[in-house]
Amino acid sequence: MRLVIALLALIAAPLAAQNAMPAAPYAYTQLDDPALEAQATELMETLRCLKCQSQSINDSDAPMAGDMRHQVRARLLAGESPEQIRSWLITRYGDYVSYQPEMSATTWPLFAIPLVLVALVGLALLGRLRRRADAGDAGDMGDAA
Amino acid sequence: MIAELGLAALWLSAALAVLQMVSGALGLRDGPDGQNGPDGKARAQSYAIYARPAAVVQAFLAVLAFGLLLYAFAVTDLSIKLVETNSHSAKPFIYKLTGTWGNHEGSMLLWVAVLALSGGLLAGLERRLPEKTMSATLAVQGFVALGFYAFLILSSNPFERLPVAPLEGSGLNPLLQDIGLAIHPPTLYVGYVGLSIAFSLCMGALITRQVTPEFAKVLRPWVLGAWVFLTFGITAGSYWAYYELGWGGWWFWDPVENASLMPWLAATALLHSVSVLAARDALRTWTIMLGVLAFSMSMLGTFLVRSGVLTSVHAFAVDPERGSFILALLGLYIGGSLAIFAVRASSIAEGTRFTATSREGALVFNNVMLSAILAIVLLGTLYPLLTEAFDVRVSVGPPYFNPAGAIFAIPMFAVMAVGPLLRWKNDNPGRIQFELKALLAIVIAVIALVAILGDYSVLSLLGLGMAIALAVAAFLPLRGRVLRRVPLATWGMVMAHFGVAVSLFGMASESAFTTERLAAMAPGDATDTGGWTIQLEEVSPVAGPNWTAMEARIMASRGDEEPTLLTPQARNFWSPPQPTSESALITRWNGQLYAVIGDRAGVDARGRERWQIRVWWKPFVTFIWYGGVLIAMGGILSIAGRVRVDLKRRNAKKIAGQRRADLDALDEDKLPEPAE
Repeated sequence: MRLVIALLALIAAPLAAQNAMPAAPYAYTQLDDPALEAQATELMETLRCLKCQSQSINDSDAPMAGDMRHQVRARLLAGESPEQIRSWLITRYGDYVSYQPEMSATTWPLFAIPLVLVALVGLALLGRLRRRADAGDAGDMGDAA
Repeated sequence: MIAELGLAALWLSAALAVLQMVSGALGLRDGPDGQNGPDGKARAQSYAIYARPAAVVQAFLAVLAFGLLLYAFAVTDLSIKLVETNSHSAKPFIYKLTGTWGNHEGSMLLWVAVLALSGGLLAGLERRLPEKTMSATLAVQGFVALGFYAFLILSSNPFERLPVAPLEGSGLNPLLQDIGLAIHPPTLYVGYVGLSIAFSLCMGALITRQVTPEFAKVLRPWVLGAWVFLTFGITAGSYWAYYELGWGGWWFWDPVENASLMPWLAATALLHSVSVLAARDALRTWTIMLGVLAFSMSMLGTFLVRSGVLTSVHAFAVDPERGSFILALLGLYIGGSLAIFAVRASSIAEGTRFTATSREGALVFNNVMLSAILAIVLLGTLYPLLTEAFDVRVSVGPPYFNPAGAIFAIPMFAVMAVGPLLRWKNDNPGRIQFELKALLAIVIAVIALVAILGDYSVLSLLGLGMAIALAVAAFLPLRGRVLRRVPLATWGMVMAHFGVAVSLFGMASESAFTTERLAAMAPGDATDTGGWTIQLEEVSPVAGPNWTAMEARIMASRGDEEPTLLTPQARNFWSPPQPTSESALITRWNGQLYAVIGDRAGVDARGRERWQIRVWWKPFVTFIWYGGVLIAMGGILSIAGRVRVDLKRRNAKKIAGQRRADLDALDEDKLPEPAE
């Protein structure tokens, strides 16, 4: 039992230290320029808090999300564009960090399938209309539509 | 005793589900040409009479089992494992009760109880269908129920005992200790499971080739009912997440949220398709297909949430064995129904034809759009799970769902505005060109006006413009009609469509006009956002029955009005230990002020302790949920209207029958015919 407590203390000590550290300056401070802050919010809403479950860093109280918010705001202030910051975060944490999937070898179906859907729907509707024109006034948007 | 009684009730229900399934199936044995001969037919029908009572008694037993678990939670019977792991004697009583379904086993028992209850209602009340179709329906319903009884009893027994009862339970996730848990899961489950009836009815009609307008009239109230509950459940869930999670968001395209949205989308399409089938005898196979799809989405939702395949707040259970069990059930039911569909669909004659520019045409178009939105949501939800299996982790979130969904939602809203103005079968669009032009003018005017006011995203602008136009369009079907004579069901449609407009307006407005203020404040400091002045008076510790908290007293005022007190809390629950953020809200007709308190933020220059205060002003955000409630109420009106018409028709038939009998009697008296 004592061993368990000792082990727990070992794990807990650095955790406590992490939480005790003051949050980075821009973790909980908005930028003075409202336009820049709006950009920051928009970007932060699309970045995943890696320590949380289904939350963006804009919505999370986790220390790590705070650090990431600080990075976003500080870099915007330094003149980087939101997309530059996003790609910097992706190289650092992987695709998982961004809620906005990039077109890549692994994600292309996400973009291809909606396009295929649009095409299919368009073709089906077009086909019906054309057949209707052929059939004269008797409509043909029949049962299987 | 309680636990053993509950388990026995469950086993008995399962046995009755077998009886229901077998006797229902036996009722099908004689073909329409009576191949089995009169004897075989009579024997088969004598078996079939057990299906209805089996369903009714099963409903009582399953509800009894759930009631017993509810009782065990109410008295905190810690010898039951489920109560020990999910409850605590110091918890407020209402949360002891709601905790019954705030966990995997309990919520599956609720699921099954609702399934049995709706099966019992169907068996007890429905007399309009041909007996054979009813037998097939009950057989399918029994088969579905059996799978879920097996799941519950074999892999998620809610009544499992502990060898030694502990002195105290481990408590309930504090996020779930909220009135939202009392409302959100039960309503959603009634909706999910109500769709099982639609599924069974569709299968029954498909098997016995009875896809007729009469069948659609029987199906419609079940679909409408399930859809009303789903609408309420999703609306309540969204509002719950909004105020409970403390970050001011009302929808995040989280997989669990999507799991509830997908059956709703399918049910919405089904609802409209059923109406076409009932009124016009068209869209037969399409209706059956949607019936299968809607319940498939319910089961998929249950799988996603219950299997632990998503690790999120909602996934209380993480156990791969259960996941594969539900997945097997999913494969069995969806695969089986699709197989029957494939075999039978071609034997269903094509329904009545119509042109593209008719009310049916508009409904079909929007059904296709709803299905496409469903496909997008399904894709975006399952894709990350799929890639995760290959060790590639991607996130799909709002930046994907919003534009991809809008591609289909925008044409859908446009057609929704004009569809109800079109006539059935075939119409000339020129007839309504004034309305079309007026609506288009509204959209353009609103977009232009808002675009001048500020820099807003394209989607919010489109949303605002379409919302206003939709709100007007919703009432156009009433134009030129005597309002007193408009059927209730039409009022229902008007109200639901108006609700969509209201909800859309709230969504677009929230995303376009929300302002946020994040400030480190010491008591006495003031800040402002969205026309509100916010003053922090003090921060002090408070305690509840199973938590302690830091509570901020904030005075908020707008213009000359009296300041209103807001008390957001940063709570720490001690069993299980978990911090939560309790938001504080001020609701006005034109929006909500939303405040939360965060961590300590160090000391200021004068040595005063500061706190993170986060405040949002969200214009018209409440319209999102008002709209949801209106949509659901529209559904209720529609059900009421249909039931009233049915009752009237039944009465009229009775009266007509009596009159005929009277006439016959008169005839027999050989009275002369009345002169004209």
